[in-house]
Amino acid sequence: MTEESEAVLIYDISREGRRAYAQAPSESPSAESIPRRFRRQTPPQLPEVSELETVRHYTRLSQKNFAIDTHFYPLGSCTMKYNPRGANRLAMLPQFLERHPLAPDETGQGFLACIHELQQDLAVITGMQDVTLSVMAGAQGEFAGVAMIRAYHEARGDSERTEIIVPDAAHGTNPATATMCGYKVREIPTGSDGDVDMEAFKAAVGPQTAGIMLTNPSTVGVFERRIEEIAAIVHDAGGLLYYDGANLNAILGKARPGDMGFDVIHMNLHKTFSTPHGGGGPGAGAVGVSERLLPYLPIPRVTREGDRYRWLTETDCPQSIGRLCTFNGNSGVLLRAYAYVRMLGREGMPRVAEYSTLNANYLMKRLQEEGFTVAYPDRRASHEFIVSLKHEAKELGANVMDFAKRLLDLGYHAPTTYFPLLVPEALLIEPTETESKHELDGFVEAMVRIREEARENIDMVKGAPYRLPVRRLDDVKAARELDLRWQQAS
Amino acid sequence: MSQVPEDLKYTQNHEWVRLEADGSVTVGITDHAQESIGDLVFVEAPEPGTSVQAQEACAVVESVKAASDVYAPISGEVTEGNEALADSPEAVNSDPYGEGWIMRIQPADAGELDGLMDAAAYQQLVADEG
Repeated sequence: MTEESEAVLIYDISREGRRAYAQAPSESPSAESIPRRFRRQTPPQLPEVSELETVRHYTRLSQKNFAIDTHFYPLGSCTMKYNPRGANRLAMLPQFLERHPLAPDETGQGFLACIHELQQDLAVITGMQDVTLSVMAGAQGEFAGVAMIRAYHEARGDSERTEIIVPDAAHGTNPATATMCGYKVREIPTGSDGDVDMEAFKAAVGPQTAGIMLTNPSTVGVFERRIEEIAAIVHDAGGLLYYDGANLNAILGKARPGDMGFDVIHMNLHKTFSTPHGGGGPGAGAVGVSERLLPYLPIPRVTREGDRYRWLTETDCPQSIGRLCTFNGNSGVLLRAYAYVRMLGREGMPRVAEYSTLNANYLMKRLQEEGFTVAYPDRRASHEFIVSLKHEAKELGANVMDFAKRLLDLGYHAPTTYFPLLVPEALLIEPTETESKHELDGFVEAMVRIREEARENIDMVKGAPYRLPVRRLDDVKAARELDLRWQQAS
Repeated sequence: MSQVPEDLKYTQNHEWVRLEADGSVTVGITDHAQESIGDLVFVEAPEPGTSVQAQEACAVVESVKAASDVYAPISGEVTEGNEALADSPEAVNSDPYGEGWIMRIQPADAGELDGLMDAAAYQQLVADEG
């Protein structure tokens, strides 16, 4: 093993005087034509490596990736499903790739037609009136949604509404969004069956309620059964309902947030609609609205007039809350989502929900049979479920983080850890519809094996991981002494 | 088993409360709470002079796992926030009932203290949650 193969930063393999083309004759272009005052006086600190070394360095780094393309990745609430190569191929057609984004609408009718159809398809899938695609990711979609709720109340002169209700199981982004939009967060507890605590909910609703933010199925992995009653109570009080689309995968083609009574929804196209995720992103947080929020929907969106498509702007939508990005959204991502939606069609959509919930329930049952504790044993899982490792933590000394790190050694990306917080030692597991039974069985075996290892040698488990490029990281130091700046070794 | 000192009062939200000789109360989070949320990386204590309502979120403790609110156990005025925690939030983990205190409150109505749990009741709450 050479030093080069262990390097994380390209600067680590820099050697003075090394250049890209060793044999090709090269001539440095002269900077004389640039006025002296614009020229830098000291050379930039660039790594000195050959072209081949550069390629090898980044290829090696890419081989260290722990990704959906290399490993089972059951990260709860993140829907790490396979991104079909077909969708990728279609979005990369040269007619899309080489189109100039500022080209006039007349020369981009094909692209605009795809965007318009995706808007319409997503509106049908979610039961909403219309959809905007120019929102860059989920958290921004939430912001757009709550900003529209605020615009709606303000347009009616209803300024006494100061609170947004958020269940304690919600994603952290929900209370953050409500606060960003100037609302006070009113937290309500979750009952022991996983549904919202109705008494606490009713007590929290009043004339001060601007709205409620819910995920259904919720973050504890069960379907909120009294959603219609909740919607009626919120609407009766004059508030609106926000749907966090993080868990939409579970109900795709089966149930629609619009039919449940939601007024606004964001969808994570990088989760439910299978576009690349995380570091490979970018994301896309499409937002859909019911009739009453339609005037406030962000622009730009595509409209169809006769057989022509064009972008809607401020002139068309004077009440719109405006633009959430300076351009037209992550169009490459939108095209992948469009291809995915069209490939699945009306028949394929419900199968996503069926297989993702089947996989989750199979995995939950298998882990239960092996003696692991499920947080809501009386409820059928949706597309994800929670295992609580409180017994393993207490009796064996192996907590969620220890299991998570050891899973990496065994070739499985860890599920979501310590979330939601209301379940002690929580592992939130979402297998998605694109994994085989064989893969799920392998994961169960890994969990059982780690428990055995903890019984025999707890120190070994606490020391994991052993087979990754880095060992156990110091989370506390990383949070308290964050230092992302590279400095030349002196 | 986490520590639950006999001489303190407790809340449903895992805060502890100590009545001081001058009539003010010192507030922190319990040993059980610090254990469940893990190593703290940040504590935001309230400014002196802040007036707080019982059950109102008035401080934040952030660990490697999550950020959690700390609620005022009783109504009153904050007389002091533990500024030392800005540099050493780990004191909440190592000494939750001592150096890890979070704020001092001058109660609006000292009678509110009677509504809080005693050590036995809090121990039961922790056991029920387990």
